[in-house]
Amino acid sequence: MTSLTDPPKESFRLGMLIYDTRYRSLTIQVVALIGFMIFAAWLINNTLVNLAVQGKSIGFGFLSDPAGYDINQRLLDYNSQSTHWRAAFVGLLNTLLVAFLGCITATVIGVLVGILRLSNNWLVARLMTIYVEMFRNVPVLLWIVFTMAILIETLPAPRAFRGENPEASMVLFDSVAFTNRGVYLPEALFSRGLGDMPIFPDRDSPACQPTEDGSVEDGCGVFQISLDLILILAVFGAGLYGSSVIRKRADRIQNQTGDRPTTWYLRLGVVSIPTLIVLAALGFHLGYPALKGFNFQGGTYLRNSLIALWLALSLYTAAFIAEIVRAGILAISKGQTEAASALGLRSNRIMSLVILPQALRVIIPPLISNYLNLTKNSSLAIAVGYMDITGTLGGITMNQTGRELECVLLLMLVYLAISLTISAVMNWYNESVKLVER
Amino acid sequence: MTDIKFVRDAMVEEQEPPAATAGFVGWIRGNLFSSTLNAILTILSGGFILFVISALLPWIISPTWNAGSLRECHEILAGHEGACWGVIRERWLQLLFGFYPSELYWRVVLDFVLLIVAVAPVLFTGLPRKMLAFSAIYPFLMPWLLWGGTVWLPIAVAFGFVLGFLAHRFAKPIIGGLGGAILAFLVPVVWWLFLAGPVSGGLASVLPLALETVESRNFGGFMLSITIGVVAIAISLPIGIVLALGRQSDLLIVRSLSVGFIEFIRGVPLITLLFVASTLLNIFMPPGTDFDIIMRVIIMVTLFASAYMAEVIRGGLAALPKGQYEAADALGLNFWMSQRLIIMPQALKISIPGIVSTFIGVFKDTTLVSIIGLLDPIGLSTTIRADQNWNGIVWELYGFIGLLFFIFCFSMSRYSMFLERKLQTGHR
Repeated sequence: MTSLTDPPKESFRLGMLIYDTRYRSLTIQVVALIGFMIFAAWLINNTLVNLAVQGKSIGFGFLSDPAGYDINQRLLDYNSQSTHWRAAFVGLLNTLLVAFLGCITATVIGVLVGILRLSNNWLVARLMTIYVEMFRNVPVLLWIVFTMAILIETLPAPRAFRGENPEASMVLFDSVAFTNRGVYLPEALFSRGLGDMPIFPDRDSPACQPTEDGSVEDGCGVFQISLDLILILAVFGAGLYGSSVIRKRADRIQNQTGDRPTTWYLRLGVVSIPTLIVLAALGFHLGYPALKGFNFQGGTYLRNSLIALWLALSLYTAAFIAEIVRAGILAISKGQTEAASALGLRSNRIMSLVILPQALRVIIPPLISNYLNLTKNSSLAIAVGYMDITGTLGGITMNQTGRELECVLLLMLVYLAISLTISAVMNWYNESVKLVER
Repeated sequence: MTDIKFVRDAMVEEQEPPAATAGFVGWIRGNLFSSTLNAILTILSGGFILFVISALLPWIISPTWNAGSLRECHEILAGHEGACWGVIRERWLQLLFGFYPSELYWRVVLDFVLLIVAVAPVLFTGLPRKMLAFSAIYPFLMPWLLWGGTVWLPIAVAFGFVLGFLAHRFAKPIIGGLGGAILAFLVPVVWWLFLAGPVSGGLASVLPLALETVESRNFGGFMLSITIGVVAIAISLPIGIVLALGRQSDLLIVRSLSVGFIEFIRGVPLITLLFVASTLLNIFMPPGTDFDIIMRVIIMVTLFASAYMAEVIRGGLAALPKGQYEAADALGLNFWMSQRLIIMPQALKISIPGIVSTFIGVFKDTTLVSIIGLLDPIGLSTTIRADQNWNGIVWELYGFIGLLFFIFCFSMSRYSMFLERKLQTGHR
């Protein structure tokens, strides 16, 4: 006969919080949370006490005060009477501008160098290796100040362009001037332009009262968008879309019949003709920079600080991207190349149809983190005096108002937002090119 | 039908390969002029190299080594283009040591020589394991040699670790593992907070063994970069391990805290963290605390490096085959034992190349401290230009600084590549 005993009744003991794995994870988490909260409370308390001792209070009201300083390179209207908010925003746009330009050029240079490093030309491969090692092993800050020094020391001053027999002359049919103050490019002008559209206008302010020709002043609205630019971009985008429709149709015909219709003139026409018509309708012409007095007037002016930062960041990041591209191409097994050439593909088509699409999957994740690095490194603009958000919000605004806590906090949040956005966008792209597995 | 058959009964003489495919000519044809495009590229890059060399060499070879000012250089060169190397001769010690007292340079040099001795057994597994004992002492020796002061303070700090170990060793049999662990944590903290200062002060008054104190503000040049870089990496390693384990953990709160910290630090530029160091860190501390600026910078750079280190180590943890974790579980090891005995030794070994490249990155990023006014090499170059003897000198200084950084970082990256190759032949 067997006797069945009840399992022992479990009663909760305090020791089970630690020794029973069912409860231990909970205990650890609660302890961690409490510890973290105590630490955070300690920091906040210290901060409040210290600020009270210094007689400061926390608040962001100072951002609505006039900034009182000038920003020399800017994409929006700004003057020293504008608010700190606006200064920070102008700085943010400058950050995004240099990051955007830098990412594009860094990718182009990096891909080129990465492929050339694998070239079977001994000299070219060695030269590219030297380039990569030189840029990777020297701090980016040194490259930035070095590039700035090159621009300032080696390019001619504007006065060298003057006189009967100038020492320097403009290039590209007298349209571009490289000076030690910056580069002067022709600007796009529209004789029959549509004007600007103010965004978030304040209808009551004097700047927003329409003048005789129906336009409004520059100071109206938070910022203004050029309608001409939007129209051109819209038409150009529509052209690109039309071109892709034609390409898809050609693909379909090729799949059905095996013959690919010749479409390049159609596609070229769809993209270019409407754009050209719109440009002509708007009265597009170029405004050339010209030497007046001590400096050039007219045209688009890119300051040396922007160019130095852009150039140095691109070259520096390109060295890293080159290594990524090289590693990505090397990661594709040799059998792929051999199979492709067995199918009769030529070497450039092997690269573009077989190797690169596969290598991209290896390349993109580290490429994203290099874009992020470039964007974060653009904060070194402060070393050459380019007014990005670190220069405005974290530089002059912080020093003028003495609001270190608020400024650094905002600055960090802005960079965090940029970083998270870039990585979200690129991860989304990465998902879309990922290998679809069965 | 004929029955004539031909059978070769002797081997054909081995012949030289055609001249066009072998030897020097063959190499040139194969590697430089294999196609039209390659020939064009070769000529272009050869021309570029010649141009750079012809422009740089005469500039570099310039008899200005003994010049005392930029004006003297111009006199010596008499209108020719050339570098002014006098500035390097006069200021190279400053670029290396900043304003560290010159009669105490030996301490810095000794410190970095000992650093190599301490790091060598970690980096090169062939060396005797007993050297690791010195690696354990070194973290206490290094600050003492650099900053000076009484020898008893580092000894007292090191004694805290000994106390913790003893508490763990002797309390564990009596009050159990958990109590021992808590005691091993509490005893050293109490010692450091309340007793270490008075004890070391008392010992110093009894037996005054001390080096001359050097203020942090005299630190500068490469010595500053190396100090910040080495200290930050050394401290960030344990923090990084903890963060990486936290990020891999199943515990939601622990994981979200780790992820939050790592992503926050990695999402902001180092310069904003340095702004925190220069303006805010003292506000976060209890009223009255006043770290000096180098300490604050080291703290922030350490936090910065920890986040990157955590990601490197997480990569190492992820690269381990799952079987290793399962085998450790099957052996009945608890979490910490399996980490200490099975997982971490392998994961850290895989991560060493990543750790070295993180170190290179942090070392390069230490130049950013010049923006908040510290005198690292780039900051010093501005100071040197402010001297009216050298006002306007640019290339020589940047070239010298760049060259030193290059030598340092390049040799480290070569080491990391060597290690990667060595690890690849191992079992995976």
